[in-house]
Amino acid sequence: MTPESNLTGQDTTRRHIEHFVADLDETPLQATDKVKEDSAPSSLWGEAWKNLRKQPLFIISAIMILAVVVVSLFPGLFSQIDPSNEACQLSNSDGGPASGHPLGFTQQGCDVYARVIFGTRSSVTVGLFTTIGVVLFGGIVGALAGYYGGWADALLARLTDIFFALPLILGAIVMMQLPVFRANRTVWTLVLILIVFGWPQIARITRGAVIEVRNADFVVAARSLGVSRFRSLLRHVLPNSLAPIIVVATISLGTFIVAESTLSFLGIGLPPSVMSWGNDIQAAQASLRSNPMPLLYPAIALSITVLSFIMLGDALRDALDPKARKR
Amino acid sequence: MATYILKRFLQLIPVFLGATLLVYFLVFSLPGDPIAALFGDKPVNEAVAAKLRAQYNLDQPFIVQYLLYLKSIFTFDLGQDFSGRPIAAVLGEVFPVTARLAVMALIFEAVFGIAFGLIAGLRKGKFFDGTVLIASLIVIGIPIFVLGFILQFFIGVQLGWAKPTVSAAAPVQDLILPAIVLGLASFAYVLRLTRTSVIENMNADYVRTATAKGLSRFRVVNVHILRNSLIPVVTFLGADLGTLMGGAIVTEGIFNVPGVGNRLYRAVLSGEGPTVVSIVTVLVLIYCLSNLLVDLLYAWLDPRIRYDS
Repeated sequence: MTPESNLTGQDTTRRHIEHFVADLDETPLQATDKVKEDSAPSSLWGEAWKNLRKQPLFIISAIMILAVVVVSLFPGLFSQIDPSNEACQLSNSDGGPASGHPLGFTQQGCDVYARVIFGTRSSVTVGLFTTIGVVLFGGIVGALAGYYGGWADALLARLTDIFFALPLILGAIVMMQLPVFRANRTVWTLVLILIVFGWPQIARITRGAVIEVRNADFVVAARSLGVSRFRSLLRHVLPNSLAPIIVVATISLGTFIVAESTLSFLGIGLPPSVMSWGNDIQAAQASLRSNPMPLLYPAIALSITVLSFIMLGDALRDALDPKARKR
Repeated sequence: MATYILKRFLQLIPVFLGATLLVYFLVFSLPGDPIAALFGDKPVNEAVAAKLRAQYNLDQPFIVQYLLYLKSIFTFDLGQDFSGRPIAAVLGEVFPVTARLAVMALIFEAVFGIAFGLIAGLRKGKFFDGTVLIASLIVIGIPIFVLGFILQFFIGVQLGWAKPTVSAAAPVQDLILPAIVLGLASFAYVLRLTRTSVIENMNADYVRTATAKGLSRFRVVNVHILRNSLIPVVTFLGADLGTLMGGAIVTEGIFNVPGVGNRLYRAVLSGEGPTVVSIVTVLVLIYCLSNLLVDLLYAWLDPRIRYDS
């Protein structure tokens, strides 16, 4: 610290004292009386919500995610064109923007805009359901390991390590080549496979969070009041370990969307008949030099979606971790 | 320290065994005959199929298969791929290429990530900090294959600054662009990690003491702030080496780098189970060893870790 900041330091102390004295003189008693004593004290979530509402990062990402979800639920509202491969006119192949077709056409003569709109659902479905599965499975494993400790922890933590040693994409590629999965490549097979290799991260985070909370005073108090072990895990420990889990789950939702499109891009994710951004990018790759638009727009949609989830996770982390905020 | 190393090493063994068992199980034991799949649409030739099964020990009970496989790993006798070349020779060809690529990516992310992170941290809340934070978010948000295409298209094709695809020998100058693509996401993480760590340490008591002693700003930043801020960064970089090696599949595909990822991808598409298992095993081994290295590095850099557990 420089000498100036030292001076300012003294300055603030003095000002603080003045302020304190002045405050005492004018304490409006009515204001003190107005505080409702029976109203609930603001919780971590209440505080976080108050904080989030003021954060531009949160507002922007929340609006973008809302938009993506609405598009994936009701794509027909945004485009009336049928962009499935059978409906495309080869005469439009690689055509530029035309009236009613603002983003031009793919090599197959499909409307790029409509394909981007209708491809949203695959990404959102895979991302959302994989995250739900991962949080459920990883959360249970992590919570049991962290809460019960001992041999259960040793066993579950090793199991987590084993799955952790296989990176998500690598494991998914190996699994997708199995005849049984290769034969029926659907959104749900992909969800299953991504859950198999995606849960360890949530398990680790949950375990850490549960260990931090399990010896807190309020848990000990609940236990000494006769609350059973399992009930105190459900009612006291888990709700108070949720914050880091939610943050990581939000960010991994983006990661799973990337994983789906990467696998589809590699040609071993969703079959070409399913509309997905990864498939579109893969299909547009061949004619990248002559007509980069069909690759660019799904890529932009994909990036914006993933970015929104990462930004949301970032904003949530800031709001839910008061210690980090002060820095 | 010796007991610590030993303990860490012993903990690694079940992870390695478990992960290889998992991959072996996935490739060879789930429903669907991997040998029959090799014949594709053609009718299965029973004599050839039986010979192949015997060659890969697939006629044995599962656990015997796995143990025989483990033995083959430790004797480097990995059998042959389906074009008849020894798998060990194939690995010897592709691993150096990917190792070169991964190390180059690691150097890139370390040098630039730490430099940008340090500057951003020291100027917290200023324009540079804000710009770098938003830029790093965007880099993290864009999937690696999109980034790869964009950079390949603009830098490789339009501007002609680098070769868009890598030649067979994969010399260092050809790998610069792929290494940057591979390291970009981690670069953003290193940057953010360094920044947070620097901001945390800037207000530490020992930094105030160093300033109060009258040390120059340069010395305070380089010796006191940076060196202590690097502990979490170094551990991230160590663990990232394994991730980069395993994560190079997409990058190698885009730039046609003749490395591990490319070979693995081809093996997966053609259903070459034994090659897939061998490559993944080596990747798991590298991952485990780089994590061990990180643990040791961590204990060496921060003595508190050693005595804690």
